[in-house]
Amino acid sequence: MAEPALSIRGLTKVYGNGFHALKGIDLDVEQGDFFALLGPNGAGKSTTLGVVCSLVQKTAGQVSIFGIDIDRDFARAKYHLGVVPQEFNFNQFEKVLDIVLAQAGYYGMPRREALPRAEQLLKDLGLWDKRNGSARMLSGGMKRRLMIARALMHRPKLLILDEPTAGVDIELRRSMWEYMRRINREEGTTIILTTHYLEEAESLCRNVAIINHGEIVRNTGVRELLAELDTETFLLDLAHPVAQVPHIEGFEVSQVEGAQLAVMVHRGQRLNDVFAALDEQGIEVVSMRNRANRLEEMFVSMVEQGNGEHREVVDRAEVGK
Amino acid sequence: MSATQVAIALWTLVLKEIKRFTRIWPQTLLPPSITMAMYFIIFGSLIGSRIGEMDGFSYMDFIVPGLIMMAVITNSYSNVASSFFSNKFQRSVEEMMVSPMPNWVILAGFVLGGMARGLGVGAIVTLVSLFFTRISVAHPLLTLGVVVLTAALFSIGGFINALLANKFDDVSIVPTFVLTPLTYLGGVFYSISLLPTFWQNASLLNPILYMVNVFRHGFLGVSDIPVGWALAAIVAFIVVLFAIALWMLEQGKGIRS
Repeated sequence: MAEPALSIRGLTKVYGNGFHALKGIDLDVEQGDFFALLGPNGAGKSTTLGVVCSLVQKTAGQVSIFGIDIDRDFARAKYHLGVVPQEFNFNQFEKVLDIVLAQAGYYGMPRREALPRAEQLLKDLGLWDKRNGSARMLSGGMKRRLMIARALMHRPKLLILDEPTAGVDIELRRSMWEYMRRINREEGTTIILTTHYLEEAESLCRNVAIINHGEIVRNTGVRELLAELDTETFLLDLAHPVAQVPHIEGFEVSQVEGAQLAVMVHRGQRLNDVFAALDEQGIEVVSMRNRANRLEEMFVSMVEQGNGEHREVVDRAEVGK
Repeated sequence: MSATQVAIALWTLVLKEIKRFTRIWPQTLLPPSITMAMYFIIFGSLIGSRIGEMDGFSYMDFIVPGLIMMAVITNSYSNVASSFFSNKFQRSVEEMMVSPMPNWVILAGFVLGGMARGLGVGAIVTLVSLFFTRISVAHPLLTLGVVVLTAALFSIGGFINALLANKFDDVSIVPTFVLTPLTYLGGVFYSISLLPTFWQNASLLNPILYMVNVFRHGFLGVSDIPVGWALAAIVAFIVVLFAIALWMLEQGKGIRS
């Protein structure tokens, strides 16, 4: 069996101020996977990825990239790794082309090989026309694409994208998704993605891990996770406003606006029953949609559950003081 | 990394550093040339003509090696300090950290970049000095050797400063409050034989005195201190500071959390 693209065992990080950012996490990402690492702010996503790409020093644990232990041969492991961080981390005063060529140079790639590669990537990402301009003149979306081009210069087998579409408009976000899908599908690049747009994770990723308070709370397939979704909330737009919330036996109904209702549907319940009850009461539905992205509902419920448990632990500790 | 890949990585970094300071030449190359021209005009020509000879040479000839060395020291140091700190500040240092480039290559790349600027400015100041005096070099190899070693030493010093710095103020403190006074008191403008015995002995604690004197010895063939001992001290400082800077990089001081 092929080595996982990324294998993490017992990864622990305690910062200098005593904050336990990671509490012994285990994680495997298979080769060729499109993997989402989700979690609220401060959960430990960026710390985990920081350790993998050597920007954060781990306190304990083991990390292997394509079977190469980073404690034994980090330099060799780094050849397989491309990183697109959350924040812009290039010299804003340098030319776009110089930034990607310098990155190739750091990996020991000769210029005669780096130039065509840079041209191909900058063209693919719509930056070729900007190659001789200073990076600070690029828009936010272009800067994100520049970081993707830079990360791909040395043809990494594992690409880490830390919130790559943050602050990017919808049209551009979708074109970036398409590009990421393409390199995952056609070049077999394993991709690990962190994002706050759960629609992004649901749309792109095959597997997902949810991290909260420095611990992995779920690690499964996106489909398996969605199959566990117990409740979905549907928003119904009505033809006419209703004076009071209609009663539908077995369903929780609330009024969002005069002509919009929210109906919670548990697994096993039938939407037909909702429509039949509304029909009986003379209420006409003109359109319907999910209140939130399905993965988002699952994510919120897990994080809230985790926060509740975390508060209990903190409360017990406070009482014990 | 193979030896070829290491060479490519090192050259990439050095070239990037040279491009950086040549791109902003009005901030990096022009000011020292103008400042040194002022020194030559005011101290060398106007005041120097009234001072007369120093150690048997005209005052202008006496201060030229010191002023060249002063330019090399301050520019080597400040180039690396500001460039590496700017990389830290803009987080572009992460480009290097995530790459397989060994830490010694990162250090050597910045040091060679700093040396390029220090020596470049030194060459410009030398050219400027030709408008005021005729330069003769008594020991060319020694002159070249000591200026290269000094540029290396202060480039490493600038790198350590940048690693420790948390804000831009931190990279200007050492040049302003340490380097400039030590350079002025390091025999650039006078021979320490003019000082009372106590201050002569106190001056011997100033490392810059040795570099200025060896460099002047290379030009004029005169020195206040033993040349061989001074060269050995410079090389020892380079080895120790390089080891400290490399250790700090390995530990991730100031760049890894």
